[in-house]
Amino acid sequence: MRLTYLLKRLAVMIPVFFFVVTLVFFMIRFAPGGPFSSEKSVSPAILKNLEMKYHMDEPLVRQYLRYLKDLLKGDLGPSFKHANRTVNEIIAEALPVSVELGLLALMWALVIGITSGGLAALKPNSPFDYIPMTFSLLGICFPTFVVGPILVLIFGVWLEWLPVAGWDTWADRVLPSLTLGFAYAAYISRLTRGGLMEMRVQDFIRTARAKGLTETQILTQHALKGGLLPVISYLGPALAGIITGALVTETIFNIPGLGRFFIESAVNRDYTVVMGTALLFFAHLCL
Amino acid sequence: MSELSTAVPSSQGVSLWDDAWARLKKNRLALLAATFLILEVLIFFLAPLIAPHSYEVQDLERTMTGPSWRHWFGTDTLGRDLFARVLYGGRVSLTVGILASMVSAIVGVIYGSISGFLGGRWDNLMMRVVDVLYALPFIFLVIILMVYFGRNFMLLFVALGLTQWLTMARIVRGQVLSLRHKEFIEAATVLGIQRKWIIFRHLIPNTLGPVIVYLTLTVPAVILEEAFLSYLGLGIQAPLASWGTLIKEGVDVMDLAPWMLFFPALFLSATLFSLNFLGDGLRDALDPKGAKD
Amino acid sequence: MTRNRWFISFFVLWNLVAPGHCVHAAVSQVLHLGNGTEPKDLDPQTVTGVPETKIIQSLFEGLVDKDPKSLEPRPGVAESWKVSKDGKVYTFKLRRNAKWSNGDPVTAADFIFSWKRLLDPKTASEYAYQGYYFRGGKNFNTGKTDGSQLGIKSTDPYTLEVTLENPTPYFLSLLYHHSLYPVHQQTVEKYQMRWTRPEHIVSNGAFLLKKWQMNKVIIVERNPTYWDAVNVKLDSVHFHAIEKAETEEKLFQVKKLHATATVPTEKIASWTQNASGVLKRHPYLGTYYYWINVNRPPLNKPQVRKALALAIDREKLVKFVVKGGQAPAESFTPPGTGGFQPQAKLPRDLSRLNEAQALLAQAGFPKGKGFPTIEILYNTSEGHKKIAEAIQQMWSEHLGVKASLYNQEWKVFLDTQHSKNYMISRAGWIADYNDPHTFLELLTTGNGNNHSSWSNLNYDGVLEQVQKEISSKKRLELFQKAEDILLEELPVIPLYIYTRLYLLSPQVQGWYDNVEDIHPLKWVWIQ
Repeated sequence: MRLTYLLKRLAVMIPVFFFVVTLVFFMIRFAPGGPFSSEKSVSPAILKNLEMKYHMDEPLVRQYLRYLKDLLKGDLGPSFKHANRTVNEIIAEALPVSVELGLLALMWALVIGITSGGLAALKPNSPFDYIPMTFSLLGICFPTFVVGPILVLIFGVWLEWLPVAGWDTWADRVLPSLTLGFAYAAYISRLTRGGLMEMRVQDFIRTARAKGLTETQILTQHALKGGLLPVISYLGPALAGIITGALVTETIFNIPGLGRFFIESAVNRDYTVVMGTALLFFAHLCL
Repeated sequence: MSELSTAVPSSQGVSLWDDAWARLKKNRLALLAATFLILEVLIFFLAPLIAPHSYEVQDLERTMTGPSWRHWFGTDTLGRDLFARVLYGGRVSLTVGILASMVSAIVGVIYGSISGFLGGRWDNLMMRVVDVLYALPFIFLVIILMVYFGRNFMLLFVALGLTQWLTMARIVRGQVLSLRHKEFIEAATVLGIQRKWIIFRHLIPNTLGPVIVYLTLTVPAVILEEAFLSYLGLGIQAPLASWGTLIKEGVDVMDLAPWMLFFPALFLSATLFSLNFLGDGLRDALDPKGAKD
Repeated sequence: MTRNRWFISFFVLWNLVAPGHCVHAAVSQVLHLGNGTEPKDLDPQTVTGVPETKIIQSLFEGLVDKDPKSLEPRPGVAESWKVSKDGKVYTFKLRRNAKWSNGDPVTAADFIFSWKRLLDPKTASEYAYQGYYFRGGKNFNTGKTDGSQLGIKSTDPYTLEVTLENPTPYFLSLLYHHSLYPVHQQTVEKYQMRWTRPEHIVSNGAFLLKKWQMNKVIIVERNPTYWDAVNVKLDSVHFHAIEKAETEEKLFQVKKLHATATVPTEKIASWTQNASGVLKRHPYLGTYYYWINVNRPPLNKPQVRKALALAIDREKLVKFVVKGGQAPAESFTPPGTGGFQPQAKLPRDLSRLNEAQALLAQAGFPKGKGFPTIEILYNTSEGHKKIAEAIQQMWSEHLGVKASLYNQEWKVFLDTQHSKNYMISRAGWIADYNDPHTFLELLTTGNGNNHSSWSNLNYDGVLEQVQKEISSKKRLELFQKAEDILLEELPVIPLYIYTRLYLLSPQVQGWYDNVEDIHPLKWVWIQ
């Protein structure tokens, strides 16, 4: 049953995947500028030679077929900007960093989000509810590009407790993962509260209450199970976003992750890297 | 308030709305929030009468001065009055935030509910389209749109709506899927009511709770995303600013001129809080079952 | 509260235990530099950017080196050289102890290979024009002849004879440019595109490439086979790839960097007040200016262009907007480029505002009446935006001329500029070599970088004459003539002369300010 489901899903995903490849491949070529346009303009002769080097002088359809052929072999091609690296190498180097940052951030998000959301649901309409919910709203309206620099200024520059940037020691990982986790914690906290509140009015909880269990017992033993369902269904897309979308956090803390390639490759018109990152993101989304 | 309710097709039973309105009136927090929002909108659109200075006139010899009697919110890096800039920025950001969110809500709700209601093969196909759109590199999408349509203010809403409706569609579809087999829908089907009517009369109104909550979260997201689009050259042009661009500017100088971050951020969060309280109030008012706590 | 305190002590402890990257003051000769964006590559013949240049200068050595203080050419791989009377033939004697990092000797053949590689159309080098000075260089690069016609030959492995197209007084200084550094033939041919990776690269400079982590750091270490290794004091240099100026500044503040690549504009003032003198500021051979598309009415009228140029208060602009102590541009070529002191033709302030207003009236727009709204284009950046906003206000206030601003993302901007689909566009030019020619040739007809559509045969003639002139006095006169034509016609509005601004720790020694921003790491040490 499970296997047939997986096979079915795969059978749907593969054509969709090739549709995405095709769409993205042709779409990015329509934007003005190319990988070789630069401030000092390149003479037409040199441009021709550069294009030849990357098979860009061929008709677009041939380039597309070449790309497909390489893709089937698992080869995402060479990067235009990072001349001595292939896209596969770039992803291999940056993805583990992103995954680590993403998982740490998710851990923060879960710990902060579930604790505060749980507290809020336990004592609704009390300070235990208002304070975490206020913070979670703040987390939603202050994006990472505001939270990150504020944390750096406080803990890195003024108090000097934690490093201001970098990705070497354990201490380096605290502020970036917290920054990235903060935004997600806000959502998780709201989802937790909402889910638990919904549970409180369910019949089996009422029965438990009638049996004389305390609210805390009810929460931890019965309500959490069902109440966290929305949180769990939120985690999938959140993880895809958190791993590939950490661009701002990565820039602020100078972390060599994948998020930076997302925007950098687009800005440089590094077509192969754009393709590679877009496909990777799509693959994450399908998981 | 009136903007929010336009998202809902008005072909509903009158009593439900009367009921909701009665409940909303009792929610003091929601009313307070609504009053605040209306006041804010008024102030922003009367900005030329209220602001003592122009938002664009520079005083290069008085840059980055703190709040004072002359400049209530201080001045920015070119010596412009921050109070005026925040007010004018509010005009831009609120318009963009609310309109783009509405676009995303309308498209997302209709798309999501159709997908969820049809189910099966159609649902599968429609959701794959959403997946594909998610995967398209957004920067290129915007750049290409700009190449073909120019720097058009309407394009801003299209671009912002484009990214936001996807998640909305997913949420609504999930909600509809779970509603599909509830008795009242099956009853309606058995009674031979047209599909169109089932979707608009019965399914959509019942998804409004999560939609409103998500909508109140979309508004700040859109307001901040506008700053990114102005990086690509779409959106408002300098010297006019939006809250998004003001906050971005403020972050870089927050240790030297904290007011440049504080005031726009204060306005953004106050607005968001009000939207959120109003949203919660509306949700509770529209959904008597969930309003017990 | 107690929990908070626990947190504090926990993190303090953590910092003590964690193997930090703190710079140890006492002996460690490890230099940490902020180096801007991630380098594209480290191939001397194909790269173009500043971050790449800084690293390549430590990995490779050309025929001549530069004195870190005076920038005078001094022996590098070449021990000595002779110049023929007509200034066209250079004979270099190579030192016999110059070695590649794999032990091979560096010979004349290496230079011949590398220079041919630079010019070879197949290499597709964007800096190929740096080889156009060699006789036959341009013809080879454009595919008109093959490499055998080049004016480069060796009589023995340690003698290199170079024949130039024209006498080029700044030729020796040109040899310091990375495009003319030697590369190791076997390595390049064996590994192709991947030869610059740490596991493959063979180089001949003071340092060796050890590690390359993308978007993070490039580490180079002292090269034991370098001929002058005894004089190299640093053990290793870490070039940190840091995109964001604010991040870099904070890393410097907590002493994890010895030097930054730049300083955030708004922070310049507070660093200037910092008594420790870590803020370094020196003029730089570059001009920030606006292109004017002379085909677009009303900008096709020279009076209009001049009125616009005269109505900008450059002094105010640099003092309050650009803020880095830059010099207002009174000419297009930065003063001091190759010993050239151009006469100031543009006012620093509004002293000629009356003239500007009169010119505008003459052109048919008294007090800006009937003047259509003009557009200023810039690529997205806080700095460019502020400058455009300030100029917008100056024109409106002083001339009654309305300008609107619009920004574009970098590559779209380049495309717009190139297709001349703009009215006024921001630009900057940084010298490729220390000679006014690098600035003034920009405006010649048919130059690929001339985005103004301006063409003046008189001007072209003057610059052609310069190419053939040997006397440096006459050359300077010709440059002045070119400047005069340019600032009368104004297809460009010069705004200010660049300043290099960065933070440098006082521990760093052997590092000198200069207009070319060259700091050979060979001479640097940490105190």
